[in-house]
Amino acid sequence: MDWSHSLRLIAPEETLSIAGLVLLLIAAWGGDKASRLISILAVAALVGATFLVAPALCGGHMGPDYAAFFGQVHADAFSAFGKILIYLSAAATLVVAPTFFERLGAMRAEFPVLVIFAAVGSGMMVSAGDLLALYIGLEMNSLAAYVLAAFVRTDGRSAEAGLKYFVLGALASGILLFGMSLTYGFTGTTSFSGINAALAGGLSNGALFGIVFMLAGLAFKISAVPFHMWTPDVYEGAPTPVTKFFATSGKVAAIGLTMRVMFDAFGEQADAWRQIVVFIALASIVVGALGAIGQKNIKRLMAYSSINNVGFILVGLSAANEQGASAMLFYLVIYVAMTVAGFVTVLMLKDENGNQVEEIDKFAGLSRTRPGLALALGLVMFSLAGIPPLFGFWGKFLVFKAAVDAGMMPLAAIGFAASVIGAFYYLKVVKVVYFDEPADVVKGDSDIWHKALLVVTCLFISPLGYLLSGWLQHLTDTASTALFYAL
Amino acid sequence: MTGFPILSLMLAVPLLGALACLFLEAKAARTVALLATLVDLVLGVVLWANFDIGGPQWQFTERLEIFSGFSYALGIDGIALLLIMLSVFLMPICIGASQSVEKRVGEYMAAFLLVETLMLGVFMAQDIFLFYMFFEAGLIPMYLIIGIWGGADRIYASYKFFLYTLLGSVLMLVAMLWMVHTAGTTDVPTLMAYDFDPKVQNWLWLAFFASFAVKMPMWPVHTWLPAAHVQAPTAGSIILAGVLLKMGGYGFIRFSLPMFPEASAYFAPLVWGLSMAAVVITSLIALVQSDMKKLIAYSSVAHMAIVTIGLFAFNVQGLEGSMLVMLSHGLVSGALFLCVGIIYDRLHTREITRYGGLAINMPRYALFFLLFTMASIGLPGTSGFVGEFLSLGGIYQVSTWAALICTTGIILGAAYMLYLYRRVVFGEQKNADAAAMSDLDLREIAMVVPLALGALWMGIYPESFIAPMRADIAALDARLARAAPAGDSAPTPGKAKPAHHEEAAHGGSH
Repeated sequence: MDWSHSLRLIAPEETLSIAGLVLLLIAAWGGDKASRLISILAVAALVGATFLVAPALCGGHMGPDYAAFFGQVHADAFSAFGKILIYLSAAATLVVAPTFFERLGAMRAEFPVLVIFAAVGSGMMVSAGDLLALYIGLEMNSLAAYVLAAFVRTDGRSAEAGLKYFVLGALASGILLFGMSLTYGFTGTTSFSGINAALAGGLSNGALFGIVFMLAGLAFKISAVPFHMWTPDVYEGAPTPVTKFFATSGKVAAIGLTMRVMFDAFGEQADAWRQIVVFIALASIVVGALGAIGQKNIKRLMAYSSINNVGFILVGLSAANEQGASAMLFYLVIYVAMTVAGFVTVLMLKDENGNQVEEIDKFAGLSRTRPGLALALGLVMFSLAGIPPLFGFWGKFLVFKAAVDAGMMPLAAIGFAASVIGAFYYLKVVKVVYFDEPADVVKGDSDIWHKALLVVTCLFISPLGYLLSGWLQHLTDTASTALFYAL
Repeated sequence: MTGFPILSLMLAVPLLGALACLFLEAKAARTVALLATLVDLVLGVVLWANFDIGGPQWQFTERLEIFSGFSYALGIDGIALLLIMLSVFLMPICIGASQSVEKRVGEYMAAFLLVETLMLGVFMAQDIFLFYMFFEAGLIPMYLIIGIWGGADRIYASYKFFLYTLLGSVLMLVAMLWMVHTAGTTDVPTLMAYDFDPKVQNWLWLAFFASFAVKMPMWPVHTWLPAAHVQAPTAGSIILAGVLLKMGGYGFIRFSLPMFPEASAYFAPLVWGLSMAAVVITSLIALVQSDMKKLIAYSSVAHMAIVTIGLFAFNVQGLEGSMLVMLSHGLVSGALFLCVGIIYDRLHTREITRYGGLAINMPRYALFFLLFTMASIGLPGTSGFVGEFLSLGGIYQVSTWAALICTTGIILGAAYMLYLYRRVVFGEQKNADAAAMSDLDLREIAMVVPLALGALWMGIYPESFIAPMRADIAALDARLARAAPAGDSAPTPGKAKPAHHEEAAHGGSH
């Protein structure tokens, strides 16, 4: 293992880290006036890093040749898949963030830098091959995220969101660390492959506790029931672009990390954790759906919807095989597109003074005053509800297909039936937008970037997305093969 | 015509029309929608003309592997052809019946054209997941049609419609996933010939039943239908009754029966029981309705019960009969909803008591309404008679009790339809505003005449409609033969009982 090889493998992280530091220096000298420029440069850096990562995915890189620093970091196709999603959704955040913050007078030059560092941390999470790399990536992401949640310092809700996220996040990190220490204690190694090999012979009680605690910590990070309580408050309180960032790149990172840990480190003991995952998945689907029904704020609704969606993604995890992993990745792609479309729509819903409109009741009759936005919202809602022929259906289809193919018919039947509960609250939004008399609150206009982003994501979740399904299936299959290479 | 993707074209025309309507003014949208549906009707006629009766089972097949996990495979047999014809025939009438819609016309037309695309897709799909997509996707435009253009309780009705049908369908999807996993193909014709383990068949059958029974709708999961019908605009009702309900019957005939013959036989008594209950109960409910649309909606449930009873008779007569009932009901109930819509447009009420004596001021209307009423009752010479007679004849061979009870539906049907007709059209003109209504105008005549001709054609010369599906029904009957339940009607040959030794020899020769 030579260092230059390792350093070459982590070129995207290096690019982003250096870009982040340089942009920080520009911020120090340029001040907040330079924030637009810094945002643009940050987007350029993220897109550049995406291009650096892409060959690993397209080339199907996997195995020990692509493990850097003695297996600490895997630069394989799976990491590449996660990183591309993370970087692109971070870039999408930066595209819409300046307008939002400038109106509040809260745009600061540090914002793009924090997003970049959070993205680097997220990238490390999905490429971790060792408990240490896992924790460094996680904390790098989390610390940046705590600050981002509280970024609008003048707003009490934002500060509250930041504090809540920090306190509960720290608790979860503690739980995760406890699990890691148990795992290390009972297996004698921190590397995922080593843990997997040590557990191949059998599972001691201590190691089992390690798995349970780690799973609990990870469940917090992906906001799965019963560790979901922070999500609605943080999603509602955090500035909308930040919420979008959490719901997309943060979610991808946490789920990618969960997949790494569960398959690479505990893959031999899938039977031990499967029932936990099944419970978490079903509980998330049901609680997320029921919790969303009473919500009046669209951001809280999206928070519960994300809990609900995590449940569906975990159905793929419970299959515990390559097909399941591939289905999870496919779901993530669609979920990210739906979430970006959803939050961009939310950002575009402004009253005549440019204030954000977040109360669902105020969207009434949007279809008559702003048909384009209404159509986008309708598409997102039907897609989240998983109604064909929208692309959101295909994600659900694949995870349940994986579950059925793995012989878990009851899980699939209950999960699918519970998805009908979810359809109810998505329908409610459509009802308000299309059926009710216009409230005529939404009047503000948005810039071309919002619209472009919305059009692209809406086209992706429309039935046209199926035309990409063959190509995406190939990519997700490659990525999941890379994830399972060591096993 | 081979090689020309006529089925795709039939899907594309309304779809493009729908997209265009979204961006058009009211008047232009009406024109575009009418043109698109008429083009599809012409294409449908071309399709029928080129359909090779007695040729291969699946014709006009197209297959494109452009998706992962399922393929874009289309193709039709005689059964699908007839239902496609019904759809393309009813659509221009629906568009014509939407003249009274004045709000958001572009979106309205777009929703209807989208519904047409999806309905046709359901009947054409040869890939089980493609079928599911078309099947489910219809929920979205129908939800919007009921919710935006419906009446007072439209929100409740739209939710009920959506969630009811969705819950049924997701269970079916789980079953489909399992079937594809086991059989290793998504191709419908292959799956129709695949023999699933009889023990598992029961579960799969129930999952499909959950979906089709709701769509059908069968008693007791029919409650969404009156709510949706009453609140839907006239054209929405025509499409709901005319075509969307046929998806349930089509599902049974295409999926449940050929794929799970043993389970179908096992659960046949359940279906008979529900159908018998439906015929009697919903007919009695229809008898006491004061709202015309609700009355016809309940009569739809009763007619659909005749369809299910024929389907689960496991013989050619029953199957052909239920297909004919479906087609006839599509025409007749669509026409009845249209008749209600015509007077609703004038008086804006569906209360039966607000009308009366229309025969005096609307003689032409009274004539057509009478014709459709008779067709709904099943008077010989109209479409209703042929199908109901065959269905009931089919079930008689299997279960005389079911035949007995379902036949009372015909009597009850006559009771509620004639009672409705008497109150609306005959009697004295006690309401001045109803008495002042004008007779049918040219547009309305243009809509009812084709329906009337269709109903008469089907009643007088049903062979035109039986011929295309005869081979497919025979194939289905052959597939079901191994599981068909023994009948209790015990028909005896009409000759003198032979002597004992002759009987043994006779039995041996079989």
